[in-house]
Amino acid sequence: MPLILTEEQTMLQDAADGFLNEQAPIAHLRKLRDSRDPDGVSRDLWRAFGEMGFAGVVISEEDCGSGLGAVEAGVIAESLGRTLTPSPFMGSSVLAASVLKAAGSAAQKAWLGKIAAGEAILSLAVDEGPKHAPAKIMTRAERSGNGFKLNGAKGFVLDGHVADALIVAAQTDDGLTLFLIDPQTPGVAVERTIMVDAHNAARVTLTDVVVDADAVIGLAGEGQGPLDAALVLGRACAAASLVGAGDQAFRITLDYLRTRQQFGKLIGEFQALQHRAAHLFTELELAKAATLAALQAIDAGRPDAEQAAGVAKAKAGRVAELAVQEAVQMHGGVGMTDEFDVGLFMKRVRVLNELLGDAGFHAERLARAQGF
Amino acid sequence: MADLETFRAETRAWLEANCPAEVRGPRDGDEDYVWGGRNAVFKTPAHKLWLERMAERGWTAPEWPAEYGGGGLNREEAKVLASEMRRIKAQMPLASFGIWMLGPALLAFGTEEQKQRFLPPIVRGEIRWCQGYSEPGSGSDLASIQTRAEDRGDHWIVNGQKVWTSYADKADWIFCLVRTDPEAPKHLGISFVLFDMTTPGVSTRPITLISGKSPFCETFFDDVRVEKENLIGTLNRGWDVAKALLAHERTMIGAMGDTGVGRPLGQVAVDTLGVDEAGRLDEPMLRARIADYDIDAAAFRLAMERVGDQVKAKQAHPAIASMLKYYGSELNKRRHELAMAAGGSDALEWEGERSKDGAAARDWLRTKANSIEGGTSEIQLNIIAKHLLQLPGA
Repeated sequence: MPLILTEEQTMLQDAADGFLNEQAPIAHLRKLRDSRDPDGVSRDLWRAFGEMGFAGVVISEEDCGSGLGAVEAGVIAESLGRTLTPSPFMGSSVLAASVLKAAGSAAQKAWLGKIAAGEAILSLAVDEGPKHAPAKIMTRAERSGNGFKLNGAKGFVLDGHVADALIVAAQTDDGLTLFLIDPQTPGVAVERTIMVDAHNAARVTLTDVVVDADAVIGLAGEGQGPLDAALVLGRACAAASLVGAGDQAFRITLDYLRTRQQFGKLIGEFQALQHRAAHLFTELELAKAATLAALQAIDAGRPDAEQAAGVAKAKAGRVAELAVQEAVQMHGGVGMTDEFDVGLFMKRVRVLNELLGDAGFHAERLARAQGF
Repeated sequence: MADLETFRAETRAWLEANCPAEVRGPRDGDEDYVWGGRNAVFKTPAHKLWLERMAERGWTAPEWPAEYGGGGLNREEAKVLASEMRRIKAQMPLASFGIWMLGPALLAFGTEEQKQRFLPPIVRGEIRWCQGYSEPGSGSDLASIQTRAEDRGDHWIVNGQKVWTSYADKADWIFCLVRTDPEAPKHLGISFVLFDMTTPGVSTRPITLISGKSPFCETFFDDVRVEKENLIGTLNRGWDVAKALLAHERTMIGAMGDTGVGRPLGQVAVDTLGVDEAGRLDEPMLRARIADYDIDAAAFRLAMERVGDQVKAKQAHPAIASMLKYYGSELNKRRHELAMAAGGSDALEWEGERSKDGAAARDWLRTKANSIEGGTSEIQLNIIAKHLLQLPGA
């Protein structure tokens, strides 16, 4: 498989870029933020995302989705990174859809159609501490009656405060288990956390939350497989968003280098800045290659897909971090203002870096996998 | 797709049957390379056999047209061949500036006659080529070369000096930039010519480098006769050929950053330094640096693959080779810095059996040239800024 987009994928990219530039440019993020919008996302935009076929990109056609793959999901995630658009896409279309697709019962899969239509928002609750550590989940689910009783606390739950359903990862006596939980269930407390990038996240506390056995997704003790599949796809898509955000910040900066004058010259004429821009360009090309390769590996079902997604997430994270630092620095004072967009990219990239494991997390895993 | 899988199965079977055990696994050092040529040196008879078998199929130059001795493979097939070779850790059968640099330029700029004459011996490893580009006064400013070619009707008389000519003392022929019009602006008076290194008036003097080795030479031309039929491309337009060739050279040097066949650095470090109770390399800071390197190296390998695919799909800018050259050479330097750190004081030994005469240290020092030869990293960044980013005044 060549490491370039197919014609159809390029058309999807044009469609997603066009749609988002038109319907949800950076002004859309500013409006949600400045009006302190209670949802933090636009439900209308989410429905439009469904109509475009974006929301159900990885959901099969029999479940009313578009039946496309990881590469296509990555294309949309990259576009969302470019416009910084707050969207339930990552939480619902990528993470939750992936879990339900892999292990959901027929009743649970009914949610897939609602996600695809942009009608439902779902959240995956994995993280518990300040760092992503899916191997250290402490939330417990004890057998109780014909179901389970859950106790624990989750953080960094994307769209948690507006979710129609939560997917919660918890330990049972059988092992890691995934539960589909109505946030209205007694004992579930959701606190919206206003984040630095003005995108949605929440803390979820579970206190003696009683659910029926049919809340289990798949079988008790068999949550690891579907969770891992979702995390791998999520990491590759997060890498794509990082590429989108980093590359867009770079483009904005290049425009600035070509127009800003000091000492009677365009600042882009100075070799000190040219070399840094050229280095950043190179790094971005590496991040793009690693990201596309990971998405393709997932679609091909290759055994190295998990490692490829880790490489992509780590590389895209580091590179996007460099891109936004350079963007603010090369803009000088105006780069520090809220009025200029580059600061928004810096905030978004910081959040995306923590999401689903930062570069250090993935470098550590790679080292272990390679036996050192 | 089914065809490609058939090709993979056939290739795998052929490699299993034909790749000798001696040429599988990491090389011991630069001496293991087979460079071919009139005075070819083979580490073992198996190395010679491996070259002959691969050359027979044209697989020393898999993507060149079969009519010139190449493998005639398409890009996807060539990728399959490369991945199958990696799978059994097969060493490349032939290291060759003819394949990496001159051949692609001949394919693009040579006449039919020139292609027929020069390409097949390159594929078979019969003629070893060297590159006459840099001069004492022309390093980064390559287009300022002064080596003169005087028109004598059916031939030229060449006088001048080249420097950093890789393996000039071992090469059979040279591809060389000469000034054929001293009056024209510097880029427009250069021609690209080929000649035999045994021609009277050609002499070479190896330069000893910090590695203690002499891969480079000074090369002197004293009234050297060069036939007009050995001009490649148009007279005085040799810079176009030179630039195209430089792109291939840069890709080649950049590819040194791709360490697919070599032993993973982390495992090399574990062998020397051991692991802690948790099975981690017993040098946590070095471990972190190696892991970071591995991520960059993996991403770089994919970037090279992607550029290759973009070239094939005609989506690539020619200057993209500068990106690979820049990153790959810096990455290779980093790899060897880490390898030295992983080796500790063992890697500092310069002589003796134990260190294979200081192979690690000498290889480490050799890599420092990677970001200088074929255009410095700074020149590559200039090219990226000007041609890929269109920054003003670059």
